[in-house]
Amino acid sequence: MTDIFVVIEHRLGELREISLQMLTKADELGRKLSGRVTAVLLAGPEDGLDDEIAARADRLIVCRHDRLRNYDSDWSKELLSRIIADHQPFLTLIGHTPWGLDLAPALAVKTGRPLATDCLEITVTDGRPEVIRQIYGGKMFSRIAFQEAPGYLITVRPGAFPAEQIQRGPAEVVKVEVPADLAQSRREVIEYVDSSAGEVDITQAELLVSIGRGVGDEENIPLVRELADLMGGTLSCSRPVVDKHWLPKAHQVGTSGKSVKPKVYLALGISGAFQHLAGIGGAGLVLAVNKDEKAPIFRAADYGAVADLFEVVEALKEQLKG
Amino acid sequence: MNIVVCAKRVPITQEVDLEIDQNGKDIKKDALPFTINEWDNYALEEAVRLKERLGGTVTAITVGDEEDEEVLRRAQAMGADRAIRVAPDGRALDAFGLSGILAQVIREIDFDLILTGVQAEDDNYGLIGIMLAEHLNLAHAAVVTAIEPEERTAKIKVELEGGLDEISRINLPALLTIQTGINEPRYVSVMAVRKARKKELEVRDINSLGLAPEELSPRIMTLEVYPPADTGGAVMLEGGPPRIAEEIIRIVRETGVNL
Repeated sequence: MTDIFVVIEHRLGELREISLQMLTKADELGRKLSGRVTAVLLAGPEDGLDDEIAARADRLIVCRHDRLRNYDSDWSKELLSRIIADHQPFLTLIGHTPWGLDLAPALAVKTGRPLATDCLEITVTDGRPEVIRQIYGGKMFSRIAFQEAPGYLITVRPGAFPAEQIQRGPAEVVKVEVPADLAQSRREVIEYVDSSAGEVDITQAELLVSIGRGVGDEENIPLVRELADLMGGTLSCSRPVVDKHWLPKAHQVGTSGKSVKPKVYLALGISGAFQHLAGIGGAGLVLAVNKDEKAPIFRAADYGAVADLFEVVEALKEQLKG
Repeated sequence: MNIVVCAKRVPITQEVDLEIDQNGKDIKKDALPFTINEWDNYALEEAVRLKERLGGTVTAITVGDEEDEEVLRRAQAMGADRAIRVAPDGRALDAFGLSGILAQVIREIDFDLILTGVQAEDDNYGLIGIMLAEHLNLAHAAVVTAIEPEERTAKIKVELEGGLDEISRINLPALLTIQTGINEPRYVSVMAVRKARKKELEVRDINSLGLAPEELSPRIMTLEVYPPADTGGAVMLEGGPPRIAEEIIRIVRETGVNL
């Protein structure tokens, strides 16, 4: 039987969207390969996660322990490598998320299985998977093949697949106990903190004037802030601006910042890394100004202009001041 | 605190038109300028800052050809005490092989911490650091944005989604993959890099590491590289900045937003 495993990701008792996206893709692959979809859940002693998953998989392998309430680096790797050894799945899907980035490469070495990360598409040809991914900041795509192995690991980019209502299950439940010989974890979670709280709330803005690396220097930020004020909008930014400490994290749009849903999103000097694009999916209209005509932002925008952002900012200010 | 940092030299691909090379499996790189991978630069800066605060040494390692020594010279200019380049002898390597090579070199080094970037800007795999940790059976954490060393542990901050951070404690020795923004990397002048060229740089041959061929053979391979389709993108606004500004104002007003 061709088994497709989906490693379920959850946080603070809630299923993460990526889990449903992976289950959707696994369902499609399962139908094409006449295979079985198995969800693998490592979780705390009690939560309501089983029901949500059981309707979307043929089988649910579940291991519960107080330590597994949230992601545990050592235990997740150890338990999953044992589960993979016991069940020999053809494919194992893991989210390309901060936790997936910690888990998947270690699991690949531990199990000896080939791994491709951050995949946007998965196909299976002649019994071996092939994946599509992005390279060079999204300016190129690459198609990747795997060396023949007993099974393969793939991390899936969040948002690459939709989370659809799928009909499988009710899943057969297989309970796994934490083995008595499991070594103590070498990494202990102390707490979770929200580092994006701040004076501005960019998630409620109707118009966002957003800046990226193209703003070039901290000194240039007031020029754009002035435009945002003139337009009655809110100033936001992409990751590099926060990395350089030019604006506080409360302004950051994207995967590690905030998802926004303005009527209009004006992106100035933002190249459009996928982590950023993931945060503007809810925007009504996206306008982008960038010097690089090949910048990925132009593939996500409704309107674009290849231009110097400062010249456009100045022209906008002049015209708005009338 | 003795720290090892792994770094990679990458082409700068922003604001340039990329072309596919002859065999269709990568881009043409000969005309592109190169620099240190951005994530690795943050990792190096973090290592040097920890050393400046707590004492100890920083060792910088790269796998690559002679021109890749540039990242090591830069590391030495920033404050690395030791620099090692592993020459790959023309071998095609994937992350599994590369992390195996790094593990072999690092086994001979006394360290408390290994830092790598979360990922590289060119292929975006995000594999080397954590694979290396597993080869060496080390505690690890990916996407780290703060490190506070303690007696035999370190308190770290791991960046999750949506502005949430995980604060955790990790046993040393450990491997951490470093996220951008953890610090503000210092400016390194061309002069300083040139001066660093006088320092010792060790070169190791891949064939001297005692790795079996199957430990180096790629687990995954690129079949083709291709540009995104031209269709489905933005409607492009033409003309000079005044014309573009006019169009932007018109389009924004059409959505009902008051300007």
